[in-house]
Amino acid sequence: MTRPLLELRHVSKAFGGMKVNDDVSFSVAEGDRVALIGPNGAGKTTLINVISGDLQPSEGCILVGGVDMTTHSIPRRVDAGLIRTFQITRLFTSLTVAENVALAVMQKKGLTKRVFSSAIGRTDIRREWQRVLGVLDIAHLADRQVSQLAYGQQRLLDLAIGLALEPKVLLLDEPAAGVPSDESSRIIEAIDRLPAHIAVLMIEHDMDLVFRFARRVLVLANGRLIFQGNPAEVTSHQEVRRAYLGSYADACHTH
Amino acid sequence: MTDRTLAEDAIPARIAIPVELRAVAIMLTLAAFGYVLFPDDLAFLTRLISIALLVLSLDLVTGYSGVATLGHSAIFGVSAYAVGNLCLAGQSDPLLLLVAGALAGALMGLASGALITRFKGLPQLVLSIAVGQLVAALANKLSGLTGGSDGLSGISPGRVFGIYAFDIYGRTGYVFSVAVLIVVFVVLLRIVRSPFGLLCRAIKDDSLRARMIGARVYPRLVLMYGVSGVVAGIGGSLAAINTGVVGLDSVSFERSAEALVMLVLGGAGSLWGALIGSIVFQVFEHYVSAANPFHWMTMVGALLIAVVLFAPKGLLPLAISLTGRVASALRSRA
Repeated sequence: MTRPLLELRHVSKAFGGMKVNDDVSFSVAEGDRVALIGPNGAGKTTLINVISGDLQPSEGCILVGGVDMTTHSIPRRVDAGLIRTFQITRLFTSLTVAENVALAVMQKKGLTKRVFSSAIGRTDIRREWQRVLGVLDIAHLADRQVSQLAYGQQRLLDLAIGLALEPKVLLLDEPAAGVPSDESSRIIEAIDRLPAHIAVLMIEHDMDLVFRFARRVLVLANGRLIFQGNPAEVTSHQEVRRAYLGSYADACHTH
Repeated sequence: MTDRTLAEDAIPARIAIPVELRAVAIMLTLAAFGYVLFPDDLAFLTRLISIALLVLSLDLVTGYSGVATLGHSAIFGVSAYAVGNLCLAGQSDPLLLLVAGALAGALMGLASGALITRFKGLPQLVLSIAVGQLVAALANKLSGLTGGSDGLSGISPGRVFGIYAFDIYGRTGYVFSVAVLIVVFVVLLRIVRSPFGLLCRAIKDDSLRARMIGARVYPRLVLMYGVSGVVAGIGGSLAAINTGVVGLDSVSFERSAEALVMLVLGGAGSLWGALIGSIVFQVFEHYVSAANPFHWMTMVGALLIAVVLFAPKGLLPLAISLTGRVASALRSRA
């Protein structure tokens, strides 16, 4: 086992008296492909928000590359290579596709402090955002405004921004949700083609995608991690069937 | 197309003439028109230019960075008072006064930005009003520095470069102001197209997303406030230098609100929008208030309602979409 890039130790998150995440511990290593599944309201997105720094955990700690980052700001986590995408795409809507990605490239290179530079036209910057857009097959959309993109294309752009930041750990929050099936296949292909060394943690509801993508599955129910193991085991695990998979594994016997 | 088509395409692919050069040409033409149209009222045009600088300054924080403020005249006014005092103390070189005003504006911008950008939405807006009112109240109280309600008068700047004296017709003042505006505008064109400028627009779109790409949002916004302060400070300095007086109106809430109205009128988030808004508003006000001194405010109100109804993004985007439509109609006919 390679060293963990992301590690959660006994992480809990409560809103008022309600525990949304309860004593969650797991780790994700270099090259890992981990799916986080669970019924609606299980606390999956909250967990991603806690990991990415948008929310502070009530208890426990979060380590990135072995460093405790529990109290670190979002940008410092991003600097450490912890990158996320959003369930409902969040893009810079007044910028073009190219500008969205170029901004991420320049941020990664530390250029966004420059008040008086024309770095955005520089060849190395242009090559880089063109490369990232090319990887996701959306290079032809470079000059479009975000508002002119189809939803599936927006999701690919969201992923492109993430890739431009050269992630070590990539958190994907339902990357194919709400996307028509012909476009979702392109997103799935893009996820298949992610650089092998990146550790990927993906929230997903589509079990076909989970089985295709994941080498390890985490199941969250009522805020607790009730299972972690390989995808083959997950469907046969009684508690998981009861909590979540019922509707998928044997659609007839849901309660 | 977008409201940035005119001059601010951030990814230059096929630009033959640099946008800066185009801007200089357009502004020189506008300045010449102004001189021809208002030969006997250059004082009006110089006042217009100093207010245009305030509107451009507001555009940087509101239009580009999404910070809501109704207290921007505080920066303008503080710089004007600073320049007035400096001039009365014997430092009369106009360029030196301009630099001093820009510095005062930068400090004032950084200070108010550090406070205002900590908050968002309505609290932010209310705080900006509070800062503006605080400065206005101080300007009224500290009559030793500001002349109180009488204002600061007797400001008489020296010659530009030691050669060109400010004349009673306002010719030197006009040329000086136009030159300053062009330099500021060209510098701003560069700043809004820089990586920093792009980041500020991204922060305006979605500040959480900006943080999720690793951006330090707060320091960037404070820096933009500082840049904006320099521009407002230069505007305030020009006002003091050209008119020779600084009154309480220069720090008033009305001035802040009017600047916001001009910005929305022209089109926020575009330097050309800010410029066009301030020109159209002030020229309209100039003519209408002369034609009908009793009801001109009503007409200005009607103009604003019409613009908000028919061109909610401002006059510049409207003009661009209209020219685009005409051009494509002509193409399809050919």
